[in-house]
Amino acid sequence: MTKFSLLNHESVPKHEIMTEGELKSVLTNYFVEKEQLPKIKLHDPVCKEIGAAIGDVIKITRKSQTAGEAEYYRFVIE
Amino acid sequence: MANVPPIPKRISSIKFGLMSPKEIRKMSATPVITADTYDDDGFPIDMGLMDTKLGVIDPGLRCKTCSGRAGECPGHFGHIELVAPVIHVGFNKVIRKLLRATCRKCSKLLLEPVQKQKFLDQLTGIEEIRHMPDDLINEAYKEASKIKTCPYCNQEQLEIKFEKPSEYLENGEKLTPTEIRDRFENIPDEDIMVIGMDPKNARPEWMILTVLPVPPVTVRPSITLESGQRSEDDLTHKLVDIIRINQRFQENREAGAPQLIIEDLWELLQYHVTTFFDNSVSGIPPARHRSGRPLKTLSQRLKGKEGRFRGSLSGKRVNFSARTVISPDPNLSINEVGVPMPIARILTMPSMVTPRNIEQLKVYVRNGEDIHPGANYVLRSDGRRIKVTNVNKDDLAEKLEFGWIVERQLKDGDTVLFNRQPSLHKMSIMAHSVKVLPNKTFRLNPAVCPPYNADFDGDEMNMHALQTEESRAEAKILMQVQENILSPRFGGPIIGGIHDHISGLFLLTRFENHISRHEAYDILRKSNARNLPKAAGYDNDGKPYWTGKQIFSQILPENLNVHFSAQVCAHCDTCKKEGCPHDAYVVIRNGELLMGTIDEAAIGAFKGKIQDRIIKEIGSEAGARFIDDMTKLAIRAIMRTGLSFGIADEDIPKEARIQINEVLAKAEEAVQNLIRSYQNKELEPLPGRTLDETIEMSIMQKLGKARDETGGIADSHMGLENSAVIMARSGARGSILNLTQMAACVGQQAVRGERIRRGYAGRTLPHFEEGDLGSDAHGFVKASYKSGLSPTEYFFHAIGGREGLVDTAVRTSQSGYLQRRLVNALQDLEVQYDLTVRDTRGVLVQFKYGEDGINSTKSDFSKPDTIHKIIHSVLNRKVA
Repeated sequence: MTKFSLLNHESVPKHEIMTEGELKSVLTNYFVEKEQLPKIKLHDPVCKEIGAAIGDVIKITRKSQTAGEAEYYRFVIE
Repeated sequence: MANVPPIPKRISSIKFGLMSPKEIRKMSATPVITADTYDDDGFPIDMGLMDTKLGVIDPGLRCKTCSGRAGECPGHFGHIELVAPVIHVGFNKVIRKLLRATCRKCSKLLLEPVQKQKFLDQLTGIEEIRHMPDDLINEAYKEASKIKTCPYCNQEQLEIKFEKPSEYLENGEKLTPTEIRDRFENIPDEDIMVIGMDPKNARPEWMILTVLPVPPVTVRPSITLESGQRSEDDLTHKLVDIIRINQRFQENREAGAPQLIIEDLWELLQYHVTTFFDNSVSGIPPARHRSGRPLKTLSQRLKGKEGRFRGSLSGKRVNFSARTVISPDPNLSINEVGVPMPIARILTMPSMVTPRNIEQLKVYVRNGEDIHPGANYVLRSDGRRIKVTNVNKDDLAEKLEFGWIVERQLKDGDTVLFNRQPSLHKMSIMAHSVKVLPNKTFRLNPAVCPPYNADFDGDEMNMHALQTEESRAEAKILMQVQENILSPRFGGPIIGGIHDHISGLFLLTRFENHISRHEAYDILRKSNARNLPKAAGYDNDGKPYWTGKQIFSQILPENLNVHFSAQVCAHCDTCKKEGCPHDAYVVIRNGELLMGTIDEAAIGAFKGKIQDRIIKEIGSEAGARFIDDMTKLAIRAIMRTGLSFGIADEDIPKEARIQINEVLAKAEEAVQNLIRSYQNKELEPLPGRTLDETIEMSIMQKLGKARDETGGIADSHMGLENSAVIMARSGARGSILNLTQMAACVGQQAVRGERIRRGYAGRTLPHFEEGDLGSDAHGFVKASYKSGLSPTEYFFHAIGGREGLVDTAVRTSQSGYLQRRLVNALQDLEVQYDLTVRDTRGVLVQFKYGEDGINSTKSDFSKPDTIHKIIHSVLNRKVA
């Protein structure tokens, strides 16, 4: 079976695990705690693909019909 | 408002549980043992259902529990000791699941200790992240009920069957509530936690009632009829039943009655307790009143649209409101609403007496109730409310002091809210300013019909008089009609010209009208324009004339610049813009209509580019003024020529008729050819289609094309002298298709997008042969509405028409429910000042509203037109 990356599919947007520094600036920017971010489950295929762990925050860069490109952040939960 | 704490208390958590028999007895003020309510003197009987320990409703009596009077005493629960336990209907589902998941002998949960621990751990995990544990708990139940022998005592488990309404059969034998209760009592606390219950607050055996709480009298007040007779609440009736059976049960049991009778009585007790909670349980007949009306018991009080939640808490009836039929009045501004005098005399606005308004308010009070702007009530500063009557009005007017409040009648200029159901978007409730008018209907400018989706075929609307300065200010700034001309749905106007407004301006501006000075002033009479521009030219008799475009320009704001394609635009391959041969390119420069026709695309509701531009560039007030002027101008303009439609307008020349018949005959033949090749198996199926689908599709296509062709023929014989064509082209009403159907050919009737096939076996009607695939056998209507349909055609048309009716009925109810669910899910979301969308807990939903943070009301039909315009004005060149 050929292995392929989920992220190569055109309708899967770019997912990255955020570094501490990035995360901190996002949290202060939006004035929130990690828990107040939208959530994503650990068993979500994309989490497995990028190797995210519980407690990580994933940055998603989506193509947007209205804004061209939009950033979204999701907190990994069990 | 003094007793309201300044900071609302925050609820940190809510705990739900079951009530234990002990708890029920503890909170009970008295046991209830007699089914009687009042003695012969009309006093409540002790330990009866109306015992004064349960609270009081009659004035004069005092509660024996809290010694409060009627109105002060909140009421207190009592209890009934049930002779035998009965099942609480609300918990049947849980009881069933529990019976299947626990051992019939040792009552332990039928799971291995390892599994139990696993579920427990997962539960605590889920609790931490505050998710709903329902799925996990169901999983635990499912796993447990799969096991057929108890892992602890090796007892074989039998199948539990639940029979409506509340019977449990174990291998065909009935389990009594006592047996079930015994089993539940023995379930260990640890096992209870595994299935998501908290043994401290909810032991499963508490789902089987041994003690029944009796709701306070204040929950089930009796009413005294005019005849002096008392009429008890439905709940009281039900409780009487329960107590009676309970007593009979006890007597029979003590007397040693046979098992059969005991069982019957037990079942009866179960029935009464069940219907006390819920009188609409399936499987049992609802308990009825003596008159045959089903009783309204606990669950009926809470459930559904008229229940406590949806009917009394989320929505209630209000004061200071009025409802009546609406009718049009084009002379009103769009910001106004005509209020009938009788309504204006009843609704009031509170007005604080100050040095500045005391004289005016005195006049109102002196006018009393009967002379219009009068006053109905005066509120003194000590809070006393005095009705203004003919007797005391002069007296009251003299006594008026600063700080009093006069509730004066509605008068011109007051801001009120106006609403039409269904209130589906924010424009369903808008603020209007009052114009008091004679007669009995609300009057509104027909241009505001689209946002309310109103017409005048008997529609009724509601009006609410605002009672505080804050609400009036808020309504005027945020909700006034002129602030809602632009819709947030697509960033364009939803208020604008409709029907005759569009036809009128089309007739005025389309043709090279020669309008004399007299006519020009007549058309402009209702607008603010008072001076005519330089005449466009002079007629043969030397009199000056003006064009319709000039007249229309008079109501345009001075510095307006717009250009766009009109509705009549023929969509040529290359647009010649300013050189449009159809006069379909509108150019307005410095508030003057230089070329182009004014139609739906210019001033229509939903489409009007002119309102859109005026509001975005000048302001909503100018927009409202333009719509007011435009509607009045349009109506004057249409009256100049008149616009009517008669059956003669559907006439087409004989040659056209012949041409149409030819087209139809040719299509018929083409269909026959198709059928022949199908029968000879020569037809090639389309990719992804069966042969049957292919032939249906090609026939549909052929016939559809034929209909369009006939329409084209009819259209080519009717020009802009035809009023139906004027209406269709300008976008005022109707379409060319409507006209085609009236004049040329109605076309294929369809059910679910396919030709009509239902009816008899192999044919639609007995008029056709079995297996006939021809056009007329499957609902193609060759006739036009004008020429009249043949009987078979008429029948097919009725089939198609019925589908449309059913569709609309189904769609409205479905989309209504969809909307309700969506609103409930989204109602707490809010766009914050940093443009994020968050719920009330501060949890982020969107990081930027709509991903771009744009307020759609201020966008141009969701296109970046403004940016292009700015670039154009700065760089003086076009951008793509």
